[in-house]
Amino acid sequence: MREITYAEAIREALREEMRRDERVFIIGEDVGVYGGSFGVTLGLIEEFGPQRVIDTPISELGIAGAITGAALIGMRPVGEIMFMDFCTLAMEQLVNQAAKIRFMFGGKATVPFVLRTPAGSGTGAAAQHSQSLENWFVHVPGLKVVMPSTPYDAKGLLLSAIRDDNPVIFVEHKLLYKVKGPVPEDPYTVPLGTAEVKRQGGDITIVATSIMVRRSLEAAERLAHEGIEAEVVDPRTLKPLDEATIIRSVCRTGRVLIVHEACRTGGFGGELAAVIAGSEAFDYLDAPIVRLAGRDIPIPYNRTLEYHSVPQVDDIIAAARRLVHGAA
Amino acid sequence: MEWSHDKLIDMLRTMWLIRAFEEKAEELYALGKVHGTMHLSIGQEASAVGAVSALRADDFVLSTHRGHGHCIAKGADLNRMMAEFMGKETGYCRGRGGSMHIADTAGGNLGANGVVGGGLPLAVGVGLGLKMQKRSQIVLCFFGDGAANNGAFHEALNMAAIWKLPVVFLCENNQYAISLSVKKAIAIEHIADRAAAYGMPGITADGNDVLAVHEAVSQAASRAREGAGPSLIESVTYRWRGHSKSDANRYRTRDEIEAWKARCPIQRFTARLIADGTLTEEDADKLRQEAYAVVEAAVAFAESSPEPRLETIEEGVYA
Repeated sequence: MREITYAEAIREALREEMRRDERVFIIGEDVGVYGGSFGVTLGLIEEFGPQRVIDTPISELGIAGAITGAALIGMRPVGEIMFMDFCTLAMEQLVNQAAKIRFMFGGKATVPFVLRTPAGSGTGAAAQHSQSLENWFVHVPGLKVVMPSTPYDAKGLLLSAIRDDNPVIFVEHKLLYKVKGPVPEDPYTVPLGTAEVKRQGGDITIVATSIMVRRSLEAAERLAHEGIEAEVVDPRTLKPLDEATIIRSVCRTGRVLIVHEACRTGGFGGELAAVIAGSEAFDYLDAPIVRLAGRDIPIPYNRTLEYHSVPQVDDIIAAARRLVHGAA
Repeated sequence: MEWSHDKLIDMLRTMWLIRAFEEKAEELYALGKVHGTMHLSIGQEASAVGAVSALRADDFVLSTHRGHGHCIAKGADLNRMMAEFMGKETGYCRGRGGSMHIADTAGGNLGANGVVGGGLPLAVGVGLGLKMQKRSQIVLCFFGDGAANNGAFHEALNMAAIWKLPVVFLCENNQYAISLSVKKAIAIEHIADRAAAYGMPGITADGNDVLAVHEAVSQAASRAREGAGPSLIESVTYRWRGHSKSDANRYRTRDEIEAWKARCPIQRFTARLIADGTLTEEDADKLRQEAYAVVEAAVAFAESSPEPRLETIEEGVYA
């Protein structure tokens, strides 16, 4: 199968959906001729024009309001917030308005939009351009939260997200944009709320999100040389969460390592751990549930400090080893 | 401006409906029949009715926390509105929204809003959607003097202006953001002057004169409908009651409140219609009585309506 990058896969999904459905449009800062800060929307303004690929002033709250209001009257907007950190400037509209409108109105309205935003560290952009804030949105009823880890999932999940009748926060990872993978040329969907076992193994379950899926897969290959077979499960959608796939895996392996980039305290790992501990998998656990997450610090600028702020492949290997062999 | 007899009568009737609804809301709260908060618009009826009466029936309205008047002016069924206020299943939002979130999307009312300034960015989206869909409707966005100092105001007005969106921004300057006087909150005299900063017309209207508000909004609505872009209208008015149920009015004087009550928008409009022969005192009295009767019937409907069933508590979070 043809291989394209994660960024190209997202662009392809946008292009296909905009061709198919004239209600779909793109709006955000520098998404037009500039092509978005990470080049994701490059070339789309040439095909669809400035009426459907709309450059905005630096008004994140305005962007969030624009997609919410337009969705409310029948459009299917795809907004872009340049860095996930800047969602802080849009929170009022996302949390108080978009997420709640349907419920507050007694189920008599829909707000079908996608808000794309790149998260994550590793680019030397320091504390205000590197955060992973997905769990803030997971905590808000009415929003869906998607975090693709591969080009294939990025395209399929984005098509599903655009066609979904709810506000969807679509969290991309900056370091994944240039990663290549097989992606069918024709449109296809990956349904929201379905996890995927990315690698099978019987010794330990690693539940990882976004870029941590990739790092966990690399760790799993190296662990295999030591005789440890790790099963890597990617929830793909944090909300709604496919609990069954995760629980089933943990029941098989009896050990679970949760890996995410976001800060540990209040991160999605806590939710995952509680879901697992509260399920039938509890009876199968041979060891405590372990969370490997970003440190509880702002992301530092210095390259070495930044690198060690969030889980890396070696950290995942070490944590998995400890879990399987007991404390070393 | 030419005024049809029926239109004038209808405007006065709607103003009375608002007054009657608000007085009843206050009474129901005092009787312990509603448990939530509310923000009454008594004294601001001309602003709501003047503005919405200048729209087409299929235009949209975005309202505020002090939104009962906007909702009634947009043609809400008072039974369903009162049922919502009382948290009943038959309410516009099945009792999930309450006073601060009443919406009638089918009727073009895209909702009251619990967040000051919350409707302003939404207006950009609605205006953008209408423009992209090449529809001839416009959206009227109510907000208050308090919201005019929120960042959302700046972002929304600027975006609506650069894209020439079919939006009318209507600032109901009722003199206070809870307790803070507009004189202490804003360094210029007229909020409408801020329009110049966004490249749109700004008009300050007497918000207690229903025809003045109507005229200002009519002009802005025409402009919006023709594709010439948004306008900012400041409707200068006054809320007679406190901000919400917990307000002890410590920040203003009784004399000030009485002075504004002497400029009652309903009395002013009634006197004018009697003076020009549009209606008699008896007609006016009948309109008033009918309004109170409609509200009584709405209370009866709401009180006899079922509560939402607990089994349905999680409905409507997701589509």
